[in-house]
Amino acid sequence: MGRYIIRRLLGAGLVVLIISFLTFGIFQIGPALSGVPHAAAYFYVGKVSSPAQVAEVEHSLGLDKPWPEQYVVYMKGIVVGRPYTDGSTTVQCNAPCFGYSFRLNTPVWDLIKEAFPVTASETVGAAILWLFGGVAIGVISALRRGSIFDRAATIFALAGVSLPVFFTAELLLLVFSYGPKWLRLFPNVTYIPLTQNPLLWFQNLILPWIALAFLFAALYARFTRANMLEVMGEDYIRTATAKGLPRRSVVGRHALRSALTPIVTIFGLDVGGLLGGAILTETAFSFPGLGLLSFRAIQSEDLPIILGVTIVGALFIVLANIVVDVLYAYVDPRVRLS
Amino acid sequence: MTVMIDRTAGDGPVGPPTAFLEVRDLRVHFPTEDGLVKAVDGVSFGLDRGSTLGIVGESGCGKSVTSQAILGLHKGTNAKISGQVWLDGVELIASDAEDVRKLRGSKMAMIFQDPLSALHPFYSIGTQIVEAYRVHHHDVSKKQAWTRTVEMLDRVGIPNPADRSKDYPHQFSGGMRQRAMIAMALVNDPELLIADEPTTALDVTVQAQIIELMVDLQKEFGSAIVIITHDLGVVAEMVKDVLVMYAGRGIEYGTAEDVFYRPEHPYTWGLLSSVTRLDRVREERLRPIPGTPPSLLNVPPGCPFNPRCTYRGRNGIPCATERPELVRSNDLHLVACHIPPADRSAAFLSDIKPSL
Repeated sequence: MGRYIIRRLLGAGLVVLIISFLTFGIFQIGPALSGVPHAAAYFYVGKVSSPAQVAEVEHSLGLDKPWPEQYVVYMKGIVVGRPYTDGSTTVQCNAPCFGYSFRLNTPVWDLIKEAFPVTASETVGAAILWLFGGVAIGVISALRRGSIFDRAATIFALAGVSLPVFFTAELLLLVFSYGPKWLRLFPNVTYIPLTQNPLLWFQNLILPWIALAFLFAALYARFTRANMLEVMGEDYIRTATAKGLPRRSVVGRHALRSALTPIVTIFGLDVGGLLGGAILTETAFSFPGLGLLSFRAIQSEDLPIILGVTIVGALFIVLANIVVDVLYAYVDPRVRLS
Repeated sequence: MTVMIDRTAGDGPVGPPTAFLEVRDLRVHFPTEDGLVKAVDGVSFGLDRGSTLGIVGESGCGKSVTSQAILGLHKGTNAKISGQVWLDGVELIASDAEDVRKLRGSKMAMIFQDPLSALHPFYSIGTQIVEAYRVHHHDVSKKQAWTRTVEMLDRVGIPNPADRSKDYPHQFSGGMRQRAMIAMALVNDPELLIADEPTTALDVTVQAQIIELMVDLQKEFGSAIVIITHDLGVVAEMVKDVLVMYAGRGIEYGTAEDVFYRPEHPYTWGLLSSVTRLDRVREERLRPIPGTPPSLLNVPPGCPFNPRCTYRGRNGIPCATERPELVRSNDLHLVACHIPPADRSAAFLSDIKPSL
């Protein structure tokens, strides 16, 4: 098992390297394709008065070098840090240096460090909510197929999948923040760090959790229901019943155990994906997480931030994949022992 | 002496049963969108302690559904069940689901066809047997249950049972898995064991071992066994009585001796003739029954076997219009066929027996 994990980690490192290389490449080639001379330099420093100054900036930032060479410099910066100079002023970007935002005058890593706890708070809470909610709804739907509960759950799932997060988020805000006084349970939703006030942290996160969990809970409910229906028809469920086990053991110990295994996979990947930033939810609630950071960076064409967040996001997805594979081996002895 | 249920007297026997297991006019119907599937449509048989009954028939003739109905495995589904199942003086069809559950796995147990899919892939063999034991022995500690499990695995011939009990089903071979299934079924000393095609999924060499094991265990534990199969070779070796089923009904029922050596139903003749004989020349090795088993949604009127029967309509007998009842041919032999008994025997002796 140890060797397996090490092998997977090395593979993951390679994947992240390739993603960073491609992303970096796109961000270098993209501006060049725009046809504007020194376009990359404009992205970094904004509007400057004379073309000569731009050329100077381009030269001192190394933007005139071939981009694979720039990539090596960038990657080296992640490991040991690097200085950024535009010719007149020099800023030091400490390791791990994922670039420097000249728009915000801050190293990208500092921005990520600041935004990550927000995104993590949203993701973890929502994940717990949708995992338990979705699975519970799915199991009950499967066991009472065709009942009123099952039909209601189908409508809930359809709504969850069809309604975009920016709509449900606004709806929640409209009702619980700006609605009639007696419904105004969460006025002025804003992010409060956990370390500052755990109670307020929790209270302010409830609406984002619900908005985010709604979509996933709907998907998980459908997925769990389908899995359960399939597993309940398996021969070993009949065996469990034939042994004389009470129904709750047949469902809980035998059926659910199998039905949950594929859910472990999508759950890990969904959480990994969300840790890279939930753009719509964070934008709707103005929560300063990785999603809002990327959204603003895209609006202001702040390439270093987009690049940094993309690489970090990719890292989370790749790590989530490894965690899922290890968990899967733990859950399924057929994988573990072969 | 095995009890033969006599259906000649109209609705069959009433009052308390005389046999250990008595099934009376069992019907299991499944309503579907296409219509009512009459999977089992009036089956009756009896079985004493220590005795073995073979239920034989093609796929889809209702033999597995019958066995599952005895165990009450259709409770909670949309199946419509009627008739009576008496086990040791208790009627099960009308019993409370919870009461039947307590009998399931303890007083009556079942072995399934494919042991790989019938065992849970995520739990070790030992864990699954321990679970089967403890659900009916609440006061037994986990350690005691494991001791019992290892003992049972040893008894069914698993080598090194203490270590192998920790293995998962996929680590066992097919024959070993079926042995483990048998150990699991017998862990609570059931008085009735139902084996649903226990050797179908196994290699021919392993089949004989499993049959031998079941015969041995029956001698040791004295349980009644219902063995369901389409393999007449299996039945011949171990059963006392045979019930041949066709389209959800019993069509021939008697001692193994009678059914194998003096069969009277043309379908049974077909079954016996279709056993592959490697000692014959190639053209004569296999004589399949023509046609296919009927759809249970749409059973042919009259005798359900009539479209495939070569003796249909002889001497103006109403094969296609009237359904023959399962009636006595001699003391212990019941047959559902319109052909007069004397003609049947003659036809068997002249047409069938020489080629068997």
